[in-house]
Amino acid sequence: MALLEVRGLNKRFGGLTAVEDLSFGLENGEILGLIGPNGAGKTTLFNLVTGFHRPDTGTVFFKGEDITGLRPHQICNRGLARTFQITQPFANLTVLENVKIGAYNRTPSSREATQEALRILETVGLYEKRNELASALSVGHRKNLELAKALATRPELVLLDEVVAGLNPKETDTIIDYINRIQNQRITILLIEHVMKAIMSLCNRIVVIHYGKKIAEGVPQDISKNPKVIEAYLGEEYILAKNQ
Amino acid sequence: MSSTNHRIRDLFVIGAVGAFLLILPQFLGRYFIHLITMIFFFGYLGMAWNILGGYAGQFSFGHAAFFGVGAFTSTLLQIHVGVNPWIGMFLAGIGGLLLGLSIGSLSFRYGLRGPYFALAMLALAEMLRLLAVEWMAAKYPLGITIPLKGDSFWYFQFKSKVPYYYISLIMMAAVLYLTRMIEGRRMGSYFKAIRENENAADALGINVFKYKLLAMAISSFLTAVGGTFYAQYYLTIEEESAFGVGISIEVLLGPIIGGAGTVLGPVLGAGILEILSEVTRNILGAYSGVHLMVYGAILIVVIIFLPSGILGGLQMAFWKLSKGK
Repeated sequence: MALLEVRGLNKRFGGLTAVEDLSFGLENGEILGLIGPNGAGKTTLFNLVTGFHRPDTGTVFFKGEDITGLRPHQICNRGLARTFQITQPFANLTVLENVKIGAYNRTPSSREATQEALRILETVGLYEKRNELASALSVGHRKNLELAKALATRPELVLLDEVVAGLNPKETDTIIDYINRIQNQRITILLIEHVMKAIMSLCNRIVVIHYGKKIAEGVPQDISKNPKVIEAYLGEEYILAKNQ
Repeated sequence: MSSTNHRIRDLFVIGAVGAFLLILPQFLGRYFIHLITMIFFFGYLGMAWNILGGYAGQFSFGHAAFFGVGAFTSTLLQIHVGVNPWIGMFLAGIGGLLLGLSIGSLSFRYGLRGPYFALAMLALAEMLRLLAVEWMAAKYPLGITIPLKGDSFWYFQFKSKVPYYYISLIMMAAVLYLTRMIEGRRMGSYFKAIRENENAADALGINVFKYKLLAMAISSFLTAVGGTFYAQYYLTIEEESAFGVGISIEVLLGPIIGGAGTVLGPVLGAGILEILSEVTRNILGAYSGVHLMVYGAILIVVIIFLPSGILGGLQMAFWKLSKGK
């Protein structure tokens, strides 16, 4: 049974179709990459899966249970966590408190939550920053914090929305390393990313969407050669020019 | 090791301050006892507001609604049904709580945030005030007076101001302890998470609606209990002193000045405001109205230069100093 299964999802905002008849599945332990040009509907899809938007039609199954239309906190409590593309720190709280709030999802004890939060801060390289205010962190560290908060809820599946975008190459390498470590803890990952280096080195499988529709699905090597994908990214003329 | 030392030091400080406050009335006259009672009392109300407004970030501009409901509930029960004021105090709390849950579930269900929630609360308090005005104009044109029963603990009436001093001290200490408890636990962290970022809180598994209602329940219960204390202190109530905008503002000014979302901020703020208002009144009382202008001007200065209140500002300064090293 697939860990996550999305069946025939549709979402319209007024006259704009953001997601159209989208279906895919995600197996336990996989890292699935979700790519597509800007405005393809990737973040909308995340919002549909995590309960921030309600789909017009279609169903989302998590561990075999229909979670369509549940509230975000209910979905998180079932073991599906997410990060936000635009980081959402609790700005006036310390880094440790930020992560502790996630850890409280699994334990009411302040001591246990602190221990869990410290453990995770170590995993994502923020241990030294634990007593700083979240608002004082650099962009790179904020991305790590976003990851730490999601992990603290002890998810089985985590949806990462562009955790690498906007980072320098060194920061990119460290976060790729963290994501690999997360997978080693048997957490399944669904990843939205524009940075191809991250996608190619991390993902077992890739789903490409364009104008809300799935246009390709497969292993990274095949996807990078798929003419439909190249067209979506570079435009039809590029292909025509190349073939001449 | 060091945490045990901290514990011992904290206990020592609490013991010393407690003992000092317990014997203090022996050395003070009626005026100062009244002044300190008001500091305790508005510290108490400020802390009650602070749980909802400071920690959970739901800025209520109409806590007079709960305060007034509390004052009216115990007073009317006492006069018409003969309910003992101590029991009335508890029932007042329940009344405030029920009102809090109703307005809370309505406004939180429909996602009223920030200024919209503040205005909804203001409208609620004003509505109740106008109802009281209409109703009292016919029945109690001179305000409701609680019949005198002499000096009696049972009837919550005292000739001396000292018992009120102690009662308000206990009320303040109890809520201080409650706030400290909440802050160190999951509930407090969840309140702060909701204040900082509701979407992020929701994504981390926090039932935002439930925790907002919880903050509202605690806050409205305590505020209504305060309303009963106020009624028993003056032994008379009227619509303006119970439901007036003045009460709503006074309740939230303490935490704003002292530091919203901190344990001691509301008490500190209440102390500063009460003393400031007394001092300006004494010095400038001869020019009627001037003391209010000075009072207002000082408040503006504090809010401009210390937007997160005195304790919040100190915390920031401390943070910057420790980073500077």
